[in-house]
Amino acid sequence: MTDFPNSDLLSLAAGLRRRDFSAAELCEAALAEISRREETLRACITVTADAARAAAKAADARLAAGDASPLCGIPFGLKDNICTAGIPTTCASRMLSGYIPPYSATAAERLCAAGAVLCAKCNMDEFSMGSSTENSAFYPTRNPRDPSRTPGGSSGGPAAAVAGGELPFALGSDTGGSIRQPAAFCGLVGMKPTYGTVSRHGLVAFASSLDQIGPLSRTVRDNAAVLAAISGPDGMDATAVRAFSLPEDTFCGDVRGLVIGLPRFAGCEVQPGVAACMDAAADRLSACGAHICEVQMPALTDALPAYYILSSAEASSNLARYDGVRYGLRADGADCYETLYSTTRSAFFGAEVRRRILLGTFSLSAGHREAFYLRAKQAAGRVRAAFHEAFSACDLLLSPTAPTVAFPLGETADPVAMYRGDLFTVPASLAGIPALSLPCGRADGLPVGAQLMAPEGGEGLLYRVAALLEEVCA
Amino acid sequence: MSLYRGFETVIGLEIHAELACESKVFCTCRTAFGAAPNTQICPICLGLPGTLPRLNRQAVEFAVLAGLATGCTVAEFSRMDRKNYFYPDLPKAYQISEDTYPLCREGSVEVFGRPIGIERIHLEEDAGKLSHGKGVTLIDYNRCGVPLIEIVTAPDLRTAGEAHELVAELRRILRYLGISDCRMQEGSLRCDVNVSVRPAGSDSLGVRTEIKNLNSFQFIEKAIAFESRRQIDLICDGGTVRRETRRFDEVTGSTHSLRDKESAADYRFFPEPDIPPLRLTGADISALAARLPELPAALRARFAALGLPEADIRQLTEDRALADYFDAAAEGCENVKTLANLLLSEFLRLAEGEGFACPVPPERLRAVANLAAAGSINASTAKRLAARTWLEGIDPEETVSREGLAQITQPEALLCGIREVFGENQALISQIRSGKTAAAKALVGKCMAHFSGRAEPRLLTRLVEEELQK
Repeated sequence: MTDFPNSDLLSLAAGLRRRDFSAAELCEAALAEISRREETLRACITVTADAARAAAKAADARLAAGDASPLCGIPFGLKDNICTAGIPTTCASRMLSGYIPPYSATAAERLCAAGAVLCAKCNMDEFSMGSSTENSAFYPTRNPRDPSRTPGGSSGGPAAAVAGGELPFALGSDTGGSIRQPAAFCGLVGMKPTYGTVSRHGLVAFASSLDQIGPLSRTVRDNAAVLAAISGPDGMDATAVRAFSLPEDTFCGDVRGLVIGLPRFAGCEVQPGVAACMDAAADRLSACGAHICEVQMPALTDALPAYYILSSAEASSNLARYDGVRYGLRADGADCYETLYSTTRSAFFGAEVRRRILLGTFSLSAGHREAFYLRAKQAAGRVRAAFHEAFSACDLLLSPTAPTVAFPLGETADPVAMYRGDLFTVPASLAGIPALSLPCGRADGLPVGAQLMAPEGGEGLLYRVAALLEEVCA
Repeated sequence: MSLYRGFETVIGLEIHAELACESKVFCTCRTAFGAAPNTQICPICLGLPGTLPRLNRQAVEFAVLAGLATGCTVAEFSRMDRKNYFYPDLPKAYQISEDTYPLCREGSVEVFGRPIGIERIHLEEDAGKLSHGKGVTLIDYNRCGVPLIEIVTAPDLRTAGEAHELVAELRRILRYLGISDCRMQEGSLRCDVNVSVRPAGSDSLGVRTEIKNLNSFQFIEKAIAFESRRQIDLICDGGTVRRETRRFDEVTGSTHSLRDKESAADYRFFPEPDIPPLRLTGADISALAARLPELPAALRARFAALGLPEADIRQLTEDRALADYFDAAAEGCENVKTLANLLLSEFLRLAEGEGFACPVPPERLRAVANLAAAGSINASTAKRLAARTWLEGIDPEETVSREGLAQITQPEALLCGIREVFGENQALISQIRSGKTAAAKALVGKCMAHFSGRAEPRLLTRLVEEELQK
């Protein structure tokens, strides 16, 4: 068997086609890695061994018949907020422990249709609220690069599973950085596509106007292959209207003449080690012929508070359905429905989820709506306008993904300090534009992520520049 | 305008009508009424985690038709919002509705010759249904996601009778459009009533109360009458009306406070992120306008021009199928009044259930009316013939000639028969002649029976009277 834990998706796909190994063998390798590493990493919530073996067998039959999809026979994981028919989908919440959806998310279905083999549902911050996976109701996940540290979040489980060698790729979801930040902390490539590129059908909603599913992978090329498989319009999601296809010259390795902006705004300070990696990345791009310039984007200073108000407002509505009436857990002893709601929701939502529901409900309520929700909307509008302006001068923007490297588990008890870690990722979320994080060196021995942002529909350009950076940073 | 203790009543209505779409507003579930509980549901209308609504195009079209038929401006930009509240019949804990940008705005409907403003018509989803039993509450989610329109009127109504007539007219309009069956007893048409009072002649509005969920015309009228009297008495006795929601008690005919408006739910509206704003072009709206049928008011005006009495017009235009049938039969009819009579007396008696479904081609009923108009048959023959076109499927002209039903109008022929009847009823005739004139009617009846009902009635009566004088 090949070096499974360190192999990228496309090499494994080539190996399957050369008959170096079978999909069944790949599946066993993945399940073996999972059982060997889970005690430390705790990246998974549900391991779907039986279903995986059956899917691998089917994939072998398709490969024998000459199936063309590069994903056929490749093991993968899903963040546990992506619904899978017949397989528990918990959102790492006690509220949904034991909940088994009757249908599968479109993105999951597209991967399965391409022959990919689902091996695990992965850990996350409860309902995607958090940046460290410590808000999982079950257990925190550890960073494979340093098990005393967080893998980031909220897609910490998928990131740790891929970085830890359990699986060659996984799908996460990103609302304000939940794919990009764990990718940065774990040394992976993580893509948040343009809003509307991947169907949200079957993605348990956190903040509907911001949520996007995207791939976490070991290489840029793998990432593009997965995005190609899961993206495209879907009749089940009225907001999934964008088609995505990779331009032919994506991996030409040429960035000459591209203008790459470095956004500057108040509060954008970073750890020195992170700053050094960013400077080096800019220098390398410059050496390859790109023009590097600083872009003043003062509107981005307000992005963080605006994001937390808007995402919490939508969450307060999206999570209202967990009332103990129809599915999930129900608190005992309620004598009327009001009590049933309050006892169930108090008992089974974690502290961070309760905090955001309260914040969101408050921001939308009469008397506070203007000062919070509507002001945040206006700030989001200014962020979009700032990007629009920046992209009239630049082809794309380069920033750190996070201001720090992965921090130790249990370090950040102050939620607002934790929120501050999202300051580079939330602007692209508010603007709905695509953003990708890729490894660009190390600080204190830990991976540093560089974030590339492009105008709507600019995934191809992101992959083109990322592929070159990946090569020169390696 | 009715005044009580010098006050007038100001009434505005919020009318909810379920749209007769084949599927629900955000999923493809069926919408049939009366199905077994929880058999018309899916992950989307149950609001299962991860599901997303998909807007039903037909529901949008129906709502636009309602707006066009009530003179509203249809918005080229409209948007769904979330109305957030907790209740077990609402599985997402929010109702998708249109708050800020409704589909239709600013129309009007005429009631008793006066325009009543329609402030807005918007599209939204219905909730499920709770049934409370001994210690348990059961929930049926079949109705969840059934498309509704909410029609909000201006506070332009002044009496319970006007409110009744507005709801009746809106119901006729929605039924003519074929977009709602408006069955109040099944809950597919429900009405909330806003009532306030003010001294007659005042321009300002009083504090209003809202009476929720009235599902019959009688309850609407009773609730308004009770509530306006309650408010007026309260004010005249030195009290003040509180802004609140009230419930109508169908047994006692009175209203009771449900909750203060101040302490009422804060719905925390915000734009529905799962459904992109709806953009309709002028061409989309014109295409729908071209689908509008002739509406009840226009039809009433046209029928009035035919010289029909008001009561007949009301009855004929209550149901579009009936009106259309009359319209088709009236074309080339020599006596539309007789036609209307035959239709409203004979055919309505034979038509079963809701909606006028008639097996008789309209030209057959017209033929009966024309035979009567020409004097070829008398009125009672016409009625019998009309009924037989329905029950036996006969052709009236052919039947009249085959069965010899033509009216007998020759005096000689009639006299001959009358004398025969007189000969057989000597006792009766002596009674009449000795002063019991009331019995003359019975004698005419016997004569008519002699001619199997075919005699021209006025001529027959005159000849009988003349014979009695002899």
